[in-house]
Amino acid sequence: MTRRVVITGVGAITPLGVGSDALVGRWSAGECGIEDGVGRCREFDPLDSLSRKEARRLDRFAQMAIAAAAEAIAEAGIEAELPYPGHRIGCVIGTGIGGLPSLEEQQGKLLESGPKAVSPLAVPLMMGNAAAAAVAMRHGLHGHTYGVVSACAAGAHALGDASRIIRAGDADMVIAGGAEAAITGVASAAFKAMGATSASGISRPFDARRDGFVMGEGAGVLVLEEAEAAAARGAEVLGELRGYGATCDGFHLTAPQPEGLEAARAISLALADAGLSATDVDYVNAHGTSTPLNDRSETMALKLALGERAADVPVSSTKSAVGHLLGAAGAVEAIATVGALRNRLAPPTLGWGEAEADLDLDYIPGAARPLENGDGALVAISNSFGFGGHNAVLCLAA
Amino acid sequence: MTTEVSTDKVEETIYDGLVELGTERSALSREATLESLDIDSLDLVELAQIVEDEFGVELRGDDVKDVRTVGEVIELVVAKAG
Repeated sequence: MTRRVVITGVGAITPLGVGSDALVGRWSAGECGIEDGVGRCREFDPLDSLSRKEARRLDRFAQMAIAAAAEAIAEAGIEAELPYPGHRIGCVIGTGIGGLPSLEEQQGKLLESGPKAVSPLAVPLMMGNAAAAAVAMRHGLHGHTYGVVSACAAGAHALGDASRIIRAGDADMVIAGGAEAAITGVASAAFKAMGATSASGISRPFDARRDGFVMGEGAGVLVLEEAEAAAARGAEVLGELRGYGATCDGFHLTAPQPEGLEAARAISLALADAGLSATDVDYVNAHGTSTPLNDRSETMALKLALGERAADVPVSSTKSAVGHLLGAAGAVEAIATVGALRNRLAPPTLGWGEAEADLDLDYIPGAARPLENGDGALVAISNSFGFGGHNAVLCLAA
Repeated sequence: MTTEVSTDKVEETIYDGLVELGTERSALSREATLESLDIDSLDLVELAQIVEDEFGVELRGDDVKDVRTVGEVIELVVAKAG
């Protein structure tokens, strides 16, 4: 028996607001959450979903994961009682860096006042698995639970791995996603030093004027569930995670392989895993960072993997509306993708206005575009690529 | 520079410290057990840091392992400072 993985709840904290509706609705309406060259979650208040004690024991990235998970779990119709035994429910949440604000704060205390001033909470605050651990502790989950660390591919790896755990029969439900809150002094300076972030402060993926990514923060969490079990409990199905492909460039610490060879292979693997072909793809949610290198190699990867379909398929980047959420990006973008498929409306690549030679896909400039495919389910791929050459691609349907 | 130790001052510091750690002030009393206030070993280490900063009294893990109530924490600090 083949086990299939459906999505029964989504939750997001993003620069566009609190909640997945704010993400999908505002982006589709052409709104941008970036202000002063940075994508902060200004509307997020940790005390809306955490007690004071919980909040001070979690770094901001884990606080946002708790809030996103609470939204997703509520949407999945789960109240106090879990629908499966706790050991049949896992939690896999990715992050690029983990609790960097806490690390920097404690480092400051160490330098200023010595080792005795360092908090006993420092390690649990900054550890990269803190978000997964906190969500599992709050909801009583006892299945596979861990963090995923693969830079800007972490959120997509988390979802892909979670779907594998369900398909392998090790769990019936996995709470999965990504979280990041790394808009700190060190991270901002470091990304700037390597020339990765935008000097103009504008995120305009695939545009000829693009000059780097805009730092963002946030969290996206999805409830993934085995399809028959979800149907048996009468859960509403929002979409299906049909396929997953993961590869590594094995090429350079930070630069993507210029022709997008391994990124293309990840796309092809995700489609093959879903039992689909390039002609079935109705929409592409691009990694689209707004860096000169990524947007070029990703365009080449799409052409390589999708062949003739690449010229017609609409492609847009969520990062044009929220900036780059690093380890949260893949999960937030999967939520945006499912929303686009459900609304049959592909949101635009905001700010796109000037074409560059060979970057000639349909990047959905201007306004959102209706997606049509009769009454059948729509299919999308969502790309995530990370420093280190990590490529993780999800094939989603709704 | 540390503060002179009096029982009232220690109580004030411990109460303020526990509120800082997330305990509701209205739940605090000398009779309240640490367990009922959801104060765990990590809280006690943080509380020990606050006490040391304020009074120069060093509390070790062995000192607090048998402490059961807020009042016992206060008495322990006063005794160690004396």
